[in-house]
Order: sequence, then C-alpha cells, then structure tokens
Amino acid sequence: MKQAHISRRGFLKVASAAGLVIGFDFPARAAQTQSAAFTPNAFLKIDDKGVVTLQLPKSEMGQGTYTAIVMMVAEELEVSPKDIVVEIPDASGKKFAPVSQSTGGSDAVRTTWEPMRTAGAVARSMLIDAAAQDWKVDASTLHAEDGKVIHDASGKSAAYGSLVGAAAKLKAPEKVNLKDPSKFKIIGKPTLRLDAAGKVNGSTVYGIDVRFDGLKIASLAQSPVIGGKVKDLNEAAALKIEGVVKVVNLGDAVAVVADDMWTAKQGLAALNVTWDEGENAKLSQADIVNQLLAAGEKEGAVAGETGKVADVMGKPGAKIISATYQQPFLAHAPMEPSNCTAHVTADRCEIWVGTQDPGETRARAAAGSGLPPASVTVHNYLVGGGFGRRLEGDMAERAAQISKAAGMPVKVVWSREEDIQHDLYRPYYYDKISAAVDESGKPVAWSHRIVGSSIMARLYPKGFKGVDEDAVDGAVSTPYDIPNTRVEYVRQDSPVITSWWRGVGPLRSIFVVESFIDELAAAAKIDPVAYRLSLIKDARAKAVLQKAAEMSDWGNPVQGLHRGIALLNAWDTYLAEVVELELKNGTPIVKRVVAVVDCGQVVNPSGVEAQLMGGVIFGLTAGLFSEITINNGRVQQSNFHDYRMIRMDNCPKIETYIMPSNEKPGGMGEPPCAGLMPALANAMFAATGRRIRKLPVLSSVTT
Amino acid sequence: MATRETYQLQINGEQHSVRATPDTPLLWVLRDMVGLTGTKFGCGIAQCGACTVHVDNEVRRSCVTPVGSIGSKPITTIEGVSQTEVGRFVQDQWLKTDVVQCGYCQSGQILAALALVKSKADITDADIDTHLSGNVCRCGTYPRIRAAIHSISQGLKGKTA
Repeated sequence: MKQAHISRRGFLKVASAAGLVIGFDFPARAAQTQSAAFTPNAFLKIDDKGVVTLQLPKSEMGQGTYTAIVMMVAEELEVSPKDIVVEIPDASGKKFAPVSQSTGGSDAVRTTWEPMRTAGAVARSMLIDAAAQDWKVDASTLHAEDGKVIHDASGKSAAYGSLVGAAAKLKAPEKVNLKDPSKFKIIGKPTLRLDAAGKVNGSTVYGIDVRFDGLKIASLAQSPVIGGKVKDLNEAAALKIEGVVKVVNLGDAVAVVADDMWTAKQGLAALNVTWDEGENAKLSQADIVNQLLAAGEKEGAVAGETGKVADVMGKPGAKIISATYQQPFLAHAPMEPSNCTAHVTADRCEIWVGTQDPGETRARAAAGSGLPPASVTVHNYLVGGGFGRRLEGDMAERAAQISKAAGMPVKVVWSREEDIQHDLYRPYYYDKISAAVDESGKPVAWSHRIVGSSIMARLYPKGFKGVDEDAVDGAVSTPYDIPNTRVEYVRQDSPVITSWWRGVGPLRSIFVVESFIDELAAAAKIDPVAYRLSLIKDARAKAVLQKAAEMSDWGNPVQGLHRGIALLNAWDTYLAEVVELELKNGTPIVKRVVAVVDCGQVVNPSGVEAQLMGGVIFGLTAGLFSEITINNGRVQQSNFHDYRMIRMDNCPKIETYIMPSNEKPGGMGEPPCAGLMPALANAMFAATGRRIRKLPVLSSVTT
Repeated sequence: MATRETYQLQINGEQHSVRATPDTPLLWVLRDMVGLTGTKFGCGIAQCGACTVHVDNEVRRSCVTPVGSIGSKPITTIEGVSQTEVGRFVQDQWLKTDVVQCGYCQSGQILAALALVKSKADITDADIDTHLSGNVCRCGTYPRIRAAIHSISQGLKGKTA
C-alpha cells in the first residue's frame, strides 16, 4: 500500500455550516516539500446532504481530463464518479499549486495522479475518523463504501452527509493510505465521459456561448499583413447600419461592436479598411525557408552530447548517411473559433473564455485592460478544442482592449478566416541529421541539428540560454542506444509568431528521428522493425513495437498495401504506430492505422482509446494536408476549403491496443499524433521508394 | 442596404419572432437573437457542418441559410432533438458509444446522423461516408460516430420511427 505524506502546514481544513471543505497541498516533487506557503491545489467539498463537489484544476478540451480526474478522486473517496459534481474554477493564481491550472504537454493526468487520489483519500480518512469518534470504536474497524462509513462487525453505517459536521472539526491526518492498484474499482475500468450529456443536447456552454443582458458582439479584423497598421476606414458607413453600436480602431486591428454577429460582420465590411502594410509587405515563404536553411549552416548550441561524434565521423573511410527534413507552419483550427468575452470598467476586468491557461489569460487581460492582474477575474469554460491554441492569452488581450474602448461588455468572435490567418503557428522547422554506420549498418555516431523559431525564447526570454528545450525534446533522448550523439539547436526567428501545437517539441523531433532511423534501416537493407529492435534496450519500447508489428501483420506483406512504422518514448509514454496505405494515381489512401500504447497505469481505457484514435486522425490531417504558407506578408490559407481536414470518408480504420501496466501514468494527448507522421512518411517510402523529407505528404508527392 | 424585417420562425415546435435583415444567416438568428446556442459557428461557409440544423426535416448548414428563405418551414436544432423518440435514441447511442470529445461539432454530427437514420434502414459505411463527410471533427471522433450510427440503424429495426 502506498502512503502519501501530507505537510501539516500545507493542509487546510475549514469547518462550515455547509459541510466539510478541504483544500490540499501535496507537493508534486520532493524538492517542494519545504515550501512554507499555504497553497492548496484543489478543493473538494462534501455538504450535509452528502453532495461531493470537485473544483476541477485542469481544463477539459475534449481530452477527457474531467472524467479521469473525477475517477481518481472517486476511487479513494469511495463514491461513484457520477455522484461528484464538477465545478470549473476561475483563474486562481497559485491556489491549486503544485498542480498548475495550465493544461498542456499531455500532463493533466500525470500531474494530478498523486494529488487527486490523495485528496479523495484524506476526505475518506476524516469521515471514517468522525464515525469512529461518534460510535466510540477504533477507526480500523470501519471502512468506507459507496458514500457511507460502515462498521465491519455490526454492519452499522452512516452516510457521508451525516458525518461532515464532525469530520470538519477533526485534525487532518498526517498521512493517508492510497489504494494498491489491485484494489482499484474505478481506475482502469472503461468509464463513459461525465461531460457528455450536455454535448449531445446542446446545453453545454462553451466560451463562445456566453450570453447575458447588455452583452454586445464584435467582429474583428486584424492586419492581413503581419505587423501592418490601419491606414484608413469609413466609420460612418458602418455606424449607419441598424444594430451597429461602435467602431473600435486599435491601430493594428479594428472591431465592429453590434447587437449580433451578422450585423457586426456587415459593419466590418462597410468600414472598407485599408492597411499600411509595413515592413513585411513583401515577406514570402521562400524568404523564411531560405533563412532557416542558411542558419542550418551555422553550428548550434549543444543540447545534448555523448561520446565523441566528431572523431567517429571524421575517421577515414567512415560511412556517413545524411538527410535534411522540413516541417511546415501549422494552424490549430479547433472547431470552436477563437473568441473571448470581456467587460472592462474603470477598476475591474471580467473575462469569460474557454482557455487552457486561465493564468496566462488573466495576465493578458490585465495588459489589454490596463488594470493589475488582481483586478481581473477569468471565468473558464469547457473548451471546444485547444491543441495548444488556447495556451495563449491573445484572445483575452484583444477582448479587453475592445471592451475598454467600447465602454461595454463585448463578446469578440473571430471569423474562421481571422482564426486561421491570425493564429500563433507551429514553427517551421529545418533539421539536418547524419549518422556514421558500422559494417552492419548500425549507427555508431549520430549528429542532429535543429533549426527553427524558438517558442521558449519568446515566452521565457530570461531563461533562454541558446537551446530551446522544447524543440529538442525527443531528439536528445531517443529510444535508441547509440554510443556517440550530438544534438544542436539553432534559433532562427521570422516575423511569423509561433507557439505550442499538439505534440510540441517531440512531435517535430520524432518525425525526424523516426524517418531517419527508417532511412538507416533501408540503407542497411534490414527490416525497419528488426533494425529498431536491434538498437533498443528498453523493454517497454520493445514491447509496444513488437505488439504493433504483430497486430499489423508486419511480417506478411499484402500486394498493393504499404506499411510504415514509428516508435516513440515521450511524455512518460511508449507508443508504436503502423500506417498502412495504398496508392491511387500516386496519391496515398490510408486504409488502416495500428496504434499500440504503454502509458503506464490507465485511468480510463475508453478515454485512452479515444485519444489514440483522435491523435491518429489529428496527425493524419497534418501529415497529409496541413501547411500554412506566407506570401506578401499574408497567410495564404483561410478556412477549411484550403486548410483541409480528414473527414469521415477518408478516415482510416484504426486498431488500438493498450498495454496493461501499473507504472506511473504517462501522457496521452499528444503521443498518438506525434507517432503518426513518421509512420505515414515511412509507409510512403515503402510504397514509392522515395523519402518524404518535407511535410505535408501531399505537397511532397505533387511537387 | 438591407433593412430589417420581422420573421415568425417555427423552431423546435415553438414560434419565435425575430427582426433581422433577410440575408442574416439562420445561424446568427438562432445564436444571437433567439438564444439557442447549441447550434455552433465553425466556418461560416458551409465547409464544416458545425451549424447543421434541419429545415423541414432536411439537413441545412445554417451559416449559409438566409433567414428570409425559411418562411413557415419548421426548424429543428440540437435543443429539439430529444422531442422525438428517434432523436432520443440517437442521443442515447451517442452517449453509450462514448462518442464526444470536446463536443463542439457534435450538435451538427447528431443532426446529420438523425437525418440519415430517418431516411433509410440498413445503413452502410458508404451511406455514413456520404452523409457525414460534411461534418468536420477536429478531435477525431469519426470511428465512434460510425459505430454509433450503425448501432442506431440496428436498434431502429422493427421500431416505427
């Protein structure tokens, strides 16, 4: 049995007439146990009717966190997940520390696994102690089950609601026992999503659905050229339209505030805005790519080094294999377009938005409103797709600016065109990689240089020391045992602002590593699965690879079908994917994908399966179709007709397998997306004998 | 410039009076004037299906359906799906199949599926491809949508929908 230790200083218990309210402070890492500050990470409330209310410390954007976190609490609290009422808290600063309210990097289950189970266990323990006192028996003779404390010998029981008054007067336990996995009744069992009912009857309120008396709606036009400014507009023409309330000129953007979205859009069109295009008026995709290629000729900052790469590669007669790869700018295109509702007054700023990062939203709303962060309230909602886009606070800054200028509460809704053309894009990456191979074709030295704009340097300039630790993630540490390695990073920014995109650093790194390993296997004339297995020591990595090979019938080729495989170990998760495709007039039709994951202890198998399928489809969209390109300083794509998506009719059959495991949970939001693209590119090589070294695949095969 | 007119709309069995220009898309009438926000804005150009509703029992992309074109034809939105037995069955199977992720596209998916299952028995994969490919899901719920529609089609056999 596992024990969670609780710092007394870090534990809050508040007695109230309403029941037992408990806050928890459980350090995520041992190093933080010295923290003297009281910073509870989540609030669990049980009222005198026995109703359990949980403040969800992470954002639910479709990935299933809402259900998984409730399952963890319910397991230890001994209640049904269905009986827990979930509330989505406002932005709370450090209230939930050490759990961050920011949701990204596939960390929601990983970082709440200990704290949320401990939260449930502490509450359970105190309720048992309350019953023990009341019944004058030893607590060890009692157990909790189905929302009740039960005396084992007599069968006497008390519902939680009847115990909360007494429990609230007790001292918090110094330590609680967490269940052994063999005792799990909820964790690990397929559980239907708890947030689904409102999503099938239209009652779920997303940020874009916020409505209240006096709220106006704004349509937005930002400079079509990166960095451009408003030159001229016809305000009077817009104000003539019935229902148009205000025109707001922010210098680099204009907004029309109206009674409804359609009227706002008509107002925006009537403004007939002209733009001073500024210094990026002639910026082209070729300019950006050429700068990256040139930067790739420079030595980079060393991100990781083992052995002596230069010596091995410099040996006379060394056999060197080299390749370069390019990955495009990508937009996020969540189905809920960017939007934010703001009400700025002289001394308050109130924000309503579905966000992955309430804290960042508050900071940017403060900037937009000119008020201190303490004067900003951020109400968060269920999110209609995040994928990293909603880790940024630009929507809140814009909405705050517009509400302040208009002097009224305003819901700002980005058109899809604005959403795609004013995204913060996944960086364009250029990778140079080479290996020295021995006589058997195995790599003995590995040199990898990564070139791209730095998200980390943009967001955390003070901490940037030359290596973007995100961009090199998945490149410095790979599943392969290679004695001499060197990974370098070269920062090369462009006017295109870049940010997090589902899969972040490992997504880009794994495409390169898994493509290049496949190239080495082909050069060695060894089967790609056998080649990888010969370089892997980690049993979990081997196991997922072998299982994926088995499920895809790897050893038995089928005429006309071509397979590619990829392996990854990132976000504490191991995953292998096989893509099977056929060619029709040279164009790939993906027929089947096999995805095998070992993500440690699974909380909700149904949720993990959903992430596997969803990540495969997200990765397939990007790998086949997606690229944002720049011409004359403008993003050329604008909507789903030219930023294509996988749809029902081109969605392959997806077969999944989840390895049984009691290892600590790994992330699931991003790995399936990251493994898909190299598996797809490797399948294209199997089909054509030609490497895909530039994504997306359809651009590569048609140019 | 278009001027506003008054329209009497039949939405989910109730009459709603709105004032809008005839070119105003039904989407914004529903969301911003009537206050039925279950119908979603996704693209504005009939490319994603998030705004799907039924007009006179047929699938319509409300983002490109002018309010002036509707007249007295009945409109069904996601909020009205539970008013029929078959609608409730679709919703139930959606829940049992654990279809949704972020859920934003699901109003449109459900209305597209509802029209399909009402239109014919013994639905095939090809039928699903034809009738659901106008509805984009960014989370990738397509396999479970497909499974849900097959189970609905099976479940409706023998029932009088």
